Amino acid sequence: MAALKDIKRKVQAVSKTKQITKAMNMVAASKFKNSQVRMENFRPYATRFMDVLNSLALRVESDTHPLLAVRDPNRIRAICMTSDRGLCGGFNTNLIKLTERFIKEKTGEGKDVSLIPVGRKGRDYFRKKASIINDRADVFGKFDISLAVKISDDIIPPFVKGDYDELYIIYNEFVNVSVQRPVVVRLFPLPSIGKDVDIDPEKRLDYIYEPSDEVLLERLLPMYIHVLIFRALLETSAGENGARMAAMDNATRNCEDLISSLTLKYNKARQAAITAELMDIVGGTEALAKG
Amino acid sequence: MADELMVEIVTPEKIAFSGSVEEITIPGSDGEFGVLRGHAPLLSSLEIGVLSFTKDGKRTFYAVNTGYAEVTSSKVTILVETAERSDMIDKARAQKAKDNAESQLTKIDRGDYDYELLRAALARAIARISVSEKTM
Repeated sequence: MAALKDIKRKVQAVSKTKQITKAMNMVAASKFKNSQVRMENFRPYATRFMDVLNSLALRVESDTHPLLAVRDPNRIRAICMTSDRGLCGGFNTNLIKLTERFIKEKTGEGKDVSLIPVGRKGRDYFRKKASIINDRADVFGKFDISLAVKISDDIIPPFVKGDYDELYIIYNEFVNVSVQRPVVVRLFPLPSIGKDVDIDPEKRLDYIYEPSDEVLLERLLPMYIHVLIFRALLETSAGENGARMAAMDNATRNCEDLISSLTLKYNKARQAAITAELMDIVGGTEALAKG
Repeated sequence: MADELMVEIVTPEKIAFSGSVEEITIPGSDGEFGVLRGHAPLLSSLEIGVLSFTKDGKRTFYAVNTGYAEVTSSKVTILVETAERSDMIDKARAQKAKDNAESQLTKIDRGDYDYELLRAALARAIARISVSEKTM
């Protein structure tokens, strides 16, 4: 009988876990929807900005800007963008693995690598394992463009001053709700802008530029960094919730499997107990009848 | 209407405003300028400041952060990192931010990079306060 009670208790425990994972799945789903809307809303801003930046870059010899300065890449920094919270499958693990591989590779080439973790998971993981410049943890709860601006303010001045030579950003690219791809993208020096885009000359207007086109481009470049970082932040946030949805969905399904196999076990055990009791009774009556 | 001007204020979070207006005043980095329909094509960067336009005889004010304005003869696209309408601003908070930035500015050197950041924060706070004092 004890075994029966144990199984019943297990079933109850697993059901409770299932309730939690199901709730988390639903919370992640609603958060995911929210971040997807934000990504959607960001698109007009980003495309318009890129159009103007590209057409401006076509007019101006932009290679002289300090953010485009190519130096011997001896000192490298990398932004490692993870989520703040766990329970989202391999989302952070894959990214951290990629970051470690990146560090190993670059250190192997004799380069000096420092990290700028964004998001608590990466910060906690690398705290004692890598050299960290400055981190931004617990940021994804509620963020807007000002977070991208803050991160840019951490990275632009040291690069312009020459404190480091190359900057990479490692984050989870959002492919769709169930696929996030960890990628390494070089941020600084900025690849030349506008060189490989064809803008319809018909669509190009001859503007009056205020101030001059060079100064304008110089002002727009930091905004370009904000755009790139904000996009990575949005993709991370959407990816995190997408990954959590998938992970929690899996967990809920596993709970269901466990419950059904435990229930089967419980029923079998109950049946066995009843059979055993019946055997006892039958054996008892037979004994009595003989006597 | 023939003499109306399409205006779109685009921020990373949303399209803050889209519609036709009679006139718009833009805080350009070379000074404030007004735009009516038929303006020559212009691309100007913006200063942190106050943007305002008249629609149906009513004036609306926005506090805007850095960005740019793209003007063609019939359309103005304002691309800014933030745009807050006068009725969305918490004046007390802006005042606090202003006081904070002012007190910190006295403590650091002009050459410091933070100096520029603080100056920008101060400019934002001032723009917010002046917008919040305007009624729609």
